[in-house]
This record gives sequence, structure tokens and C-alpha cells, in this order.
Amino acid sequence: MSDAILEVRDLHTHFFLRRGVVKAVDGVSFTLKRGEVLGLVGESGCGKSLTALSVMRLLPKGGARTLKGEVLLDGEDLLERTPAEMREIRGRRLSMVLQDPQTSLNPVFTVGDQLREAIERRRQGASLSEIMKEAVAALRRVEIAAPEQRIGQYPHQMSGGMKQRVVGAIAISGEPQVLIADEPTTALDVTIQLQYLKLLKRLQAENGMAILFITHDFGVVGRMCDRVAVMYAGRIVECGPVKRIFEAPAHPYTRALIASVPKMAGSAGRLATIEGQPPSLMDLPMGCRFAARCPEVEQRCLDAYPGTVRVGDEHTADCWKVAAG
Amino acid sequence: MAIADRPSPTAEQRRRALWRALLWPSREASPRRTARVPWVPIAIIATIVVMALFAPLLAPQSPIDQTLRDKLLPPAWMAGGSDKYLLGTDAFGRDILSRLIYGARVSLLVAVLALTAGGGVGLMIGITAGYVGGAVDNVLMRLVDAAFTFPAILFALLLAVTMGQGLGTLVIAISLLLWASFARVIRGEVLALRQRDFVALAKVRGCSTLRIMLTHILPNVLNTFMVLVTLNIGVVIIAEASLSFLGAGIPPPTPTWGLMVSEGRGRIADAWWVALIPGIAITLLVLSVNLFGDWLRDRLDPRLRQL
Repeated sequence: MSDAILEVRDLHTHFFLRRGVVKAVDGVSFTLKRGEVLGLVGESGCGKSLTALSVMRLLPKGGARTLKGEVLLDGEDLLERTPAEMREIRGRRLSMVLQDPQTSLNPVFTVGDQLREAIERRRQGASLSEIMKEAVAALRRVEIAAPEQRIGQYPHQMSGGMKQRVVGAIAISGEPQVLIADEPTTALDVTIQLQYLKLLKRLQAENGMAILFITHDFGVVGRMCDRVAVMYAGRIVECGPVKRIFEAPAHPYTRALIASVPKMAGSAGRLATIEGQPPSLMDLPMGCRFAARCPEVEQRCLDAYPGTVRVGDEHTADCWKVAAG
Repeated sequence: MAIADRPSPTAEQRRRALWRALLWPSREASPRRTARVPWVPIAIIATIVVMALFAPLLAPQSPIDQTLRDKLLPPAWMAGGSDKYLLGTDAFGRDILSRLIYGARVSLLVAVLALTAGGGVGLMIGITAGYVGGAVDNVLMRLVDAAFTFPAILFALLLAVTMGQGLGTLVIAISLLLWASFARVIRGEVLALRQRDFVALAKVRGCSTLRIMLTHILPNVLNTFMVLVTLNIGVVIIAEASLSFLGAGIPPPTPTWGLMVSEGRGRIADAWWVALIPGIAITLLVLSVNLFGDWLRDRLDPRLRQL
């Protein structure tokens, strides 16, 4: 049994539009180990969510296609599975939580009915009372008070934080090996965010599942993740243990991101920002994609893309400066 | 003191409030936000349904037998009216009340059959087009566009000529008129629904396309469907009446409300009851069904329930 539960190698997912090709995911590789939380960080539109959808093989309609790469779940390439096999894998071995709890639940069914649909798949032939007992247990596991009453309620009768807990309960009811959490706390307010993160952490420890945690918030990364992968314009530019990335970020983009996180200590000075815009994914530069915004840009950055370089133990970065030093 | 200062409602205001409460189930008027039950429309609908179901027991006379001696008698309460014919007689001396009672059968039967066929087809096509999308959506929606360009009445007349008059022809003609509008509205709803995260998460859970359409999309459009059905009951009844009026509906002497209006229209000046009484019946039924539909929509919406 290998150490990695989910391994993504050189994944390319592009949108083929009439105006051209949008290279939204363009050579992404990362490894998610058993029982760890890997953060996938980057600004809006850098391809984080599309990476997740490519792994699930649920690409949006309208020209998105995965061209090449491998997605190995426990050594088995998901890109070669048939749609029917993928349906078996989803929910059982791979699961997902999305950003907006308001639309994540079907408004016309009670919470119990929605949990039942998820549980029935795993426990075929179980009686209704057994399944409902399990549904109550699932709600209790995500720390919902009075689950016996909640189970008969409709989503609109619950708060956002509670709905997101229910979504979580449904997602883990199949006891997946990998949970993809796509900005699960973005729509929640700050106190509820913290509770939800703690809950996810606890569930992860109990089930031993691995979590791919997608976010744009470095503060959440520090609290949640074991390792972090920083994504920029369709590629992962730096990857390493959270502690190392915070203490010694190698890539200029990572440094700029960390500098732009507001800090409690110190004076209320001007917040650091990153000048400029990311490159258009339809017309990517030949060299490093961050070159146009990088404070330390050199000629070779514009000429060719730097390869992935080992910076330290499990720590890699895509930057010429690192390669030299 | 403030309460004592408030002017008491005038008789006029009170009368209006009573009528509003009876006829128009207003959401504002009720403190629980769920509309109050529209008892008057329900009673009217129930009466007409009972009339249709038990027509042979309820009708005082035969709806078909002619008594030419008693032709064009006014309703019983008018001068010259006979107790034998409560709502008067038509030009052939047939009892209008009995014809009204039997006529309810045709109107309701056509409404149920046409809405089941036309509405059901429209619902399925709408869900398929909206959810599957792409080329399927394009083809189905162009079919809908084509259906809208059809002159429905003309088409019904054509059907009546080629297939012969009868219940089947009437139901097919009206279904063809209905399905397209159902499909278009339902598709619009599904387009919005399929973007919602619960559909994506159902896929994550491993649900198949068919299962998502049936167990996640369908229940979400049922409210809209029910409202469409109730709104279209009126359309169907009027279409049936129009076609019968034009002679493309149920052949005489079977009584239908539209046919009765048609037969009475030439004598509206001297024997108004022959056309007006079935006309009132159509109006009452359509209005009641629409008011009931409004209330049903509010009841069925889970967001308004239990608040």
C-alpha cells in the first residue's frame, strides 16, 4: 500500500471555445497522502475548482475537456474509468463539499430524505428504520443538536452553518477515502467558519480520510492543512509543508500572497497587494506566468518556463531564482 | 387611547373586506402568511364535480329529450316560467339545468384528459430539454416554437374534419395546444435548477442522469407544474367550449357548455337564459379553478409551509 491516496500527474483540462482555447488547468501535478489535508491555494480563476472537477470527472458543460494527465486514486487511473464506474467511485470513495450551503441541498426534500439517498447506496437492502437511525447518527457526528427533530426539517428551516454541516454529513456518509472541499467556509460567517473547520479536522481524524482543501484564504490554510500547493494561472507554482511555506516561501508569488494576509500585530499600515492581473488563460506567456507581476523578474523568466525544482524536504517551486540559488 | 381613536370601519369597508376574504385568498390578510383556504371556489368546484359524477341521479329531466311544446321557457322565478324547468328551456324545449349538469361531465373529462396528456408530455419534454441541454434542447425547443406557430383552432377544425368529431379529437387538439407552453415554462425552471449545487452534489454522490431528472429536478418543478395545470384548466374549458361552439367539438345532441352557449347566441335578445346560464357556469368554474390554483401554489411551496 503506497503512501499516496490521490495522485494527479500532469493534468491538462482546457475549455475549447469558439474564441480560442482556455488553458484553465495546464500541467497540474500533486500528491495527496493518506489521512492528510492538502491545501490548494490561489486567486480566483487560477483553476483550483476546475482541478477538483477534473478529478471528479464532472467537468462543466460547454467545451471543457481533460486532454492528458493521470488521476490515480489508490493507484487506479480515474480518467480511464467508464461513466458507470465513475458513478460507483463517486460518493463511495471520492466525495465533495461545495462553497454555497444555500443551494447545496434540494429545497423540496427534508434533510432526512437527502441523507437517506446517500446512505441507501452503501447499505442496500437495509430497512428504513435502520437507515433513519444511521441518518440520525450521521447528523450527530457533524454536531447538529437534536438530530431527531432536525431530520424531519427542510433546508430552509436551517441556518447556513447548519446546512453546511448537513452537506458534510451527506458527503462523508459513504465513508470516502478522499474528500474534496471546495471553499466550504467562504459563505459562512467567521465564527461559524472556525467551528466548521474544527469539525472537518475532527471528522478527518476519525475516518482517516484525506482532504483536498481548496481555498483562497491563507489564514484558513494555516489552521487546516498539513501541506499546501499554491496555484497560479493553471499551474502549481509551489508545494510544501505548511510550516515551511509560511516560514520560507520560495516562489515570489507565494511570498506576495503571504505578505498580503492582514496581520493582527504591528501597525495598521498599508496592506501589501500584488500589482497587475494574472495572464489571460487563452494567451499564456512563453516563460514564467508570474513574470509580468514579479518584482524580481529577469530576462530568463520571460524566455522559458522554469522547471519544478526541489527546494527542501518535500518542498518544490517553479522558479528560476530558486533553481540558481 | 390610540385604539379608541381609530375610526371604526364604515359599512362599505366592511362589506369590501368580507368579499375580499371570501373571493381572494390574500396573503397579507392572513397573519400566518400562508393564504387562507378559498372555501367559496372549492365549494363551486366541488359542486361541479359532484354534478359531473352523479349527473343521471341529479338531473331532473333528460338532457336530450325534446318537448317542443315547452320551448324557450324562462327560468322558474320569472313570469311565464315553469316549476318543471328550474333554469328554463332551450329552443328545443330541453331542460337547461339538466343539460348543464350533464355538460359538466364533458368539460371536466376533457380537462382531465387533455391536461394529463398535454401537460404530462410538456413536463417530460421540458425536463429533458432543460437538463440534457445541447442538441437535444435545440431540437425540442424548435419543435416547441413550431407548435406555437400552429393556429390551434384551425388545426382542431382540421382534425375534426379528418378524424370526425368526438371526445378523442377534442382531447388531441387541446393537448397539442397545451404541451408547448408547459415544455417552455418547465424548461426555463430546469435551466435554473440544474445550475444549483445540489444537482452537482447529486452527481458527486453517484446519481445517474435519469435519477437526477426524476428524483431531484422533477419534484422541484412540480409546484410550477401544478400552477400551470390549474391555470390551464381554464384554458382547456374555454378551448373545449370554443371548439364546441364552432362545431368542432362534441357532436350534438350531447350537451356541452360551449355548445349550449353556441345554440343560445342567436336568441340572446329574447331568450337570454339559454346562452347566459352556461356562460355563467363556464366563468364560475374557470374563476374558481384559478383562485384555487393560486392558493395551491402557496400551499405547495415548502418555503411558505410551517412558517
